[in-house]
Amino acid sequence: MTSAVAEITFTAAEMKGFIFRPARGTNAVTEAAPTLVLTQATKSFGPVLALADGSITLYPGEAHALLGENGAGKSTLVKILGGVYRPDAGSLELGGRAVEFTGPSDAVTAGLAIIYQEPSLFPDLSVAENIFMGRQPVGAGRRIDRRGMNRAAHDIFRRLGVALDPGRPARGLSVADQQIVEIAKALSMAARVVVMDEPTAALTTVEVLRLFEVITTLRAEGVAVLFISHRLEEVFACCQRVTIMRDGRFVRTAPVEELTIDDIIRSMVGRDLEALFPKTATVPGDVVLEVDGLARHGAFSDISFTVRAGEIVALAGLVGAGRSEVARAVFGVDRRDAGSVRVAGRALPNGDARAAMAAGVALVPEDRRQQGLVMELGIDQNVALASLRRLSRGGLLFRAGERRLAATWTSRLRVKYGRLRNPVLTLSGGNQQKVVLGKWLARGPKLLIVDEPTRGIDVGTKAEVHRILDELVAGGLAVLMISSELPEVLGMADRVLVLREGRLTAELSRAQADENTIMRAATGQDPELAA
Amino acid sequence: MTAVTNRAGRTGGGRAVLAVLRAREVGILVLIGFVVLITTVKNSHFVEANSVQQMLSGAALFALLGVGETLVIITRNVDLSVGSVLGLSAYVVGYMFKYHHIPVWSGFLIGTLVGVAAGVVNGLIVTVLRVPSLVVTLGMLYVIRGIDGVIVNGDQIDPASIPNSFTAVGYRTFLGIPWLAIIVTVVVAIVGYAMRSFRASRELYAIGSNPDAAALAGIPIGRRVFSAFLISGTLAGFAGALFLALHTQINNNGGVGYELIVVTAVVVGGVAIFGGSGSVVGAALGALLLNVINQALVAGRISAFWNQAIAGALLLAAIAFDRWLSLRVTRSLQSAEGAHHEL
Repeated sequence: MTSAVAEITFTAAEMKGFIFRPARGTNAVTEAAPTLVLTQATKSFGPVLALADGSITLYPGEAHALLGENGAGKSTLVKILGGVYRPDAGSLELGGRAVEFTGPSDAVTAGLAIIYQEPSLFPDLSVAENIFMGRQPVGAGRRIDRRGMNRAAHDIFRRLGVALDPGRPARGLSVADQQIVEIAKALSMAARVVVMDEPTAALTTVEVLRLFEVITTLRAEGVAVLFISHRLEEVFACCQRVTIMRDGRFVRTAPVEELTIDDIIRSMVGRDLEALFPKTATVPGDVVLEVDGLARHGAFSDISFTVRAGEIVALAGLVGAGRSEVARAVFGVDRRDAGSVRVAGRALPNGDARAAMAAGVALVPEDRRQQGLVMELGIDQNVALASLRRLSRGGLLFRAGERRLAATWTSRLRVKYGRLRNPVLTLSGGNQQKVVLGKWLARGPKLLIVDEPTRGIDVGTKAEVHRILDELVAGGLAVLMISSELPEVLGMADRVLVLREGRLTAELSRAQADENTIMRAATGQDPELAA
Repeated sequence: MTAVTNRAGRTGGGRAVLAVLRAREVGILVLIGFVVLITTVKNSHFVEANSVQQMLSGAALFALLGVGETLVIITRNVDLSVGSVLGLSAYVVGYMFKYHHIPVWSGFLIGTLVGVAAGVVNGLIVTVLRVPSLVVTLGMLYVIRGIDGVIVNGDQIDPASIPNSFTAVGYRTFLGIPWLAIIVTVVVAIVGYAMRSFRASRELYAIGSNPDAAALAGIPIGRRVFSAFLISGTLAGFAGALFLALHTQINNNGGVGYELIVVTAVVVGGVAIFGGSGSVVGAALGALLLNVINQALVAGRISAFWNQAIAGALLLAAIAFDRWLSLRVTRSLQSAEGAHHEL
């Protein structure tokens, strides 16, 4: 570590004195000197060049968006800033001084707070300890001041406008709440640079607005915020400047006013993009899924709807409204307490996912890392995972069979990969999602349930996933889609079902559905007031 | 998001959950009382001062090993070398008394240093060479036992070679409580307090709970895990000296098989085998429970073979209970969820 890093270390007394850093040096906002300058950072892993030219300049008090498709090198750049990776070449300056991080703790000490894409919490420890791990407030004899720690956590939550108990263990928190704890962690560091790698992916609209307020406050305090999101409307709503990357290289930095969505997408993909939401007009066929009076105690009740062949029905609603729970009960992973589920006219037994699969239902879950893929296994093995019975010969599996199946689906879904036997964890998020889709499509399902099909996927791959879904539906597949992204719901769905607090509050046709009608049904309020 | 309503209820829920988790120590105490009660009804000699003292002294050694083992297991590692370390330490101390007539106090120091050396080797191989601790300490179990055999070379240390004031530590009592039990209780109290109150010790829990997140949080994982092995080795070495004081004789097989008893005691005492949670107090009580059951079987004139079956069953029951509990806790926490998502 260079002396520059040591100089900006916070003393224990400073940490105790304030949780939120007041503008460090009164001229922090006005002075034009950049807070952070990363110049031509490169990083390769073996033969793969993940980052060829990572360059970014952050000024105090700005929210700066970093955009690029998955695989463009954004995450690598973030990990270099966080001290997780050491760059092969390039330089990093903080407050005008060159620094070199030897590990994540150096970045923390230097005043960089990073919110990583995947929440990284300690399930056994309390929420407050998660926030302050390694920086717990200490009293006499360097003992941890638990009361002070819980109070500080509580203050941060109040500032974020959320009601989380700092004393509860992190185990069992929803993805959205985990993300909130991560944000609280970054705020507690009193950092002068806050990097947010897709903080909004799991948040509802209201929570996102609350986060924007926090970003505004941070900016007023002179903090530089680096904001990564695939939702361009968020970038326009909260950022002042935009840096775009493509194929591991810096493309351009520009003030947000000078850019249109089209400009950004062109710079990101390097080519003109067809419409984000291709939609082939189809005539719905027979009823494939018929749900009647479905209920599960404490989660949802009295849910009835149908999905026909050749249509996409979207389940919309806020996080926690019970959308995923309905999908799980339909599929039979969770038992239902009342109601019936029929697929192509035949009733499905309660709580029997195997029967649902046999009846032609496939579920692509929300959390693909934990529920959809075996990250260490090869691409071929993952694609084959749901078709093992069909692939086995006399009880034995042959890799050649798996590979044939995988080759078919990876080419149909245009998965970008090195070799089929490479573990899926080497793929980018978008390509992982395609592998999960391929795994279920390989079974030839009648009904496909997709939960957040494009969460955390770049714009280019997103459009491809949408095109794939559109093709499948045109071919007669019935799709039940859960999505928190309104543009996706509006762009893809033939019908929209809105859930609120476990009840179906609206069924909207494609013509009726717009942001207003959906938000009103999802919140039970006038959307303007809700925001 | 606007609702900050359900706070009180949820805090209450969190407390109740914590209460259940902490009740593990209470549960073991109840179980110990139960075993003592039943055995006493069958054989009233069971609660005589003599046999209780014997039981506490025996349990104290395992509890001491359990303290170090707990620290290691909390970091998602394991130390299988503690039995061998104890055996080597005990013989080396006895050897120094017999052939070099060293002063009594230095006996404890030398025993502890043997443990420090073993802890350093374990810790370095695990953290620097990044070999899984199961393999490293299994190897060390045999290596140390082998070295022990070579040094001992058929020798035997008898009570006559050991100073009286050293063995006194093994049999003296204070207010009827054996010194050994008091020493170990003090160690358990200090380490137990430290595990709750200092950043470094909380980081041990963090490492076991989510190693990747611990790295991102800038926790010096290598240094912390090394310390855990160092402490485990140190306590095992110290326990070796106490073993000699208690048993007053030693050859080359002191402490054989202790490592598995210690791991059993620790897990029965509520330390999660995959790290992240548990307390040294629980581990010490787990050791006491195993010892009480052992003695109860002797008092009840039941075959000693049952002892192993019961210890094993207890281990399985503890793991099944933990699994059930963690599912219940997760579920209750999830159902407490959502309150603040509703608008």
